[in-house]
Amino acid sequence: MNKSVLLGALTVAGLAAGAAGAATLDDVKARGTLNCAVSTGLTGFAAPDANGVWDGFDVGFCRAVAAAVLGDPMAVEFVPTTGQTRFTALASGEVDLLARNTTWTFSRDVDLKFTFVGTNYYDGQGFMVPRELGVSSAKDLDGATICIQTGTTTELNLADYFRVNNISYEPVPIETNAEAQQQYLAGACDVYTTDASGLAATRATFEAPGDHVLLPEIVSKEPLGPLVRHGDNEWGDIVRWTLNALISAEELGVTSANVEELSAGTNNPEINRMLGSEGELGAMLGLEADWAKNAILAGGNYGELFEKNIGENTPIGLARGLNAQWTDGGLIYSPPFR
Amino acid sequence: MTTLTDPPKAGFRLSQLIYDTRYRSITIQTIAMILLLFGLYWLVNNTIQNLSALGKDFDFGFLSQPAGYDINQRLVEYSSQSTHGRAAIVGILNTILIAVLGCALATVLGVIAGVLRLSKNWVINSLMAVYVEGFRNVPLLLWIIAIFALMTEGTPAPREFRVGGDAAMILNESVAVTNRGVYIPGIVLENGWAASSFMNWLIIAAVFVASLFVIRTVRKRADAVQEKTGDRPTTWYQQLALLIIPTGIVMFLMGATMQYPSLKGFNFADGIHLRNSLIALWLALSLYTGAFIAEIVRAGILAISKGQTEAASALGLRPTRTMNLVILPQAMRVIVPPLISQFLNLTKNSSLAIAVGYMDVRSTLGGITINQTGRELEGMLLMAAFYLVLSLAISGVMNVYNNRTQLKER
Repeated sequence: MNKSVLLGALTVAGLAAGAAGAATLDDVKARGTLNCAVSTGLTGFAAPDANGVWDGFDVGFCRAVAAAVLGDPMAVEFVPTTGQTRFTALASGEVDLLARNTTWTFSRDVDLKFTFVGTNYYDGQGFMVPRELGVSSAKDLDGATICIQTGTTTELNLADYFRVNNISYEPVPIETNAEAQQQYLAGACDVYTTDASGLAATRATFEAPGDHVLLPEIVSKEPLGPLVRHGDNEWGDIVRWTLNALISAEELGVTSANVEELSAGTNNPEINRMLGSEGELGAMLGLEADWAKNAILAGGNYGELFEKNIGENTPIGLARGLNAQWTDGGLIYSPPFR
Repeated sequence: MTTLTDPPKAGFRLSQLIYDTRYRSITIQTIAMILLLFGLYWLVNNTIQNLSALGKDFDFGFLSQPAGYDINQRLVEYSSQSTHGRAAIVGILNTILIAVLGCALATVLGVIAGVLRLSKNWVINSLMAVYVEGFRNVPLLLWIIAIFALMTEGTPAPREFRVGGDAAMILNESVAVTNRGVYIPGIVLENGWAASSFMNWLIIAAVFVASLFVIRTVRKRADAVQEKTGDRPTTWYQQLALLIIPTGIVMFLMGATMQYPSLKGFNFADGIHLRNSLIALWLALSLYTGAFIAEIVRAGILAISKGQTEAASALGLRPTRTMNLVILPQAMRVIVPPLISQFLNLTKNSSLAIAVGYMDVRSTLGGITINQTGRELEGMLLMAAFYLVLSLAISGVMNVYNNRTQLKER
């Protein structure tokens, strides 16, 4: 009995770990699709539309990587994950890439053995409360019931924030954003806390968004970014430079509308190197010369993705803020293509 | 004259390993053993290889690291600064709590429904049939979520209880049913003897159990007197006194006072908070398992020959007494073994707690801790070991009971 349980557990662990460590690029090419882990549904970042086609800011990045590697932005198998299942899915090799508003932290990078390829959204943790409660600051939340997604950094930040400010709270652990929304709207919790972008996205789907306020306190730094497993640096490079290509494209004025034209050759050598009309950057990554062009064609450059999915003209209405290009006073900055 | 010669001694041939019954079983066992060892070797080796491919080691050190997260329902002291090991203990106690509560309620429901399903009253027995079939044939997870949703959506928020709100407390202003759970009056020990309230309650429980043992000796003595003289001495007042007084004295000395829930700020404070997650999980597990137990009880009762009932009525016993004194004691022998399986099922099913955010061991150690530390293998092994120990303990206790109610064959 004892032995068989141990065996069972070892089998599961063994099989789960089986796929890790191989050359991811070859696997993806052989499979013909990219397996990309996204959230179970967060409007603007990753959610299936009315036709069941995934769409959003994180989804757009998955599509850009698929376009860079396979030349087809639709060749993506989306794997919805919760805060708790995402890391196991990536570590076990079930997915090649995790793009699920995941905060870059020391322990995830070092101890959980993941490689964060960059930051695609600079965020911070906020609080949302119903306007009728009349709360104006997070410091007034003593004794409040707070809905929180388990397995996230917000859970830890929340514990720290309330301990440091010496106030108490009652956590209500939740698995997915949809559940949190239902509990919050039913009044089973007074407050919903997660990344401010997630709060804005959630509030945008409410019937009466105006009845809910985001408190002014941002209690943490949450640099969100895509990540891959440790141990396959070539694959990590591909994902990292796809992100950088999208960012550089915005900086250099390359959009999905003009990329076709620009890829024939321009008098800006950096654009030429990136889009493959000069040098061999694509071959160095093990990809086609037009990898970056395909990535940009998939859903546009970084700015286009932002504006289309979560920007000020969408229901979510997030301002660029910290996520503006460095040339506009933001933190979005790509190393040069050289 | 004939000479007896020994049959020619054939040398050992390899084919004998398969065709000779003397060797065949050894051959098969050896092969099976080798395969098993190979399988085991492959599993262990695969695990080691893959762990090193991922750059991970096998280490339980994370259990002494600070957990960093908060747990809402905790039976022992715990804060976000406590260790992951402590968080696991909080989860383990929550699992045991729901298992004990669930087994108790499921047994009560099951016995009642099982007996009533055999009732001659058509309305009662068909109602019970609906209960049994309804709960037995719908997945447990749906029941848990349905009850949870009902509790969350169908009850008022605490702020409705404010002056001028729509909701009011019930039972003489002592119980509040809200969409965050039910608040009931609690007993607080103002000057307990031990440092933590958990230990204090453990002391009280120990005193209570001790007085139960004393009551048993009182009863045994009464039995002995009855055997000897035919008259049973009246002991109910002794039993009642023993049941209440020692525990009462200890609680009085610890300064026990009733505390009623009252609205403070966002939530009710004081009293005991039975969270929706606990109630939903408890009710769903009990109702679901109770339906199975009802069938087991019914089977047990039907297994007792009709002659027993007839003999009991011939002796002039009323139906209730027939059931309690004649049928059920015999039926227990049939009921207890499958009942053990149901208790084990309930305990293991309690790991569905994650669906409603009940912080059991699956949610703390197997959920958040694994997620924060990335120790999947260690966490899962620990959790499997815990469920194994708990299940073996439950079946051990139930087997002791089973052995005592079994027919004594000599």
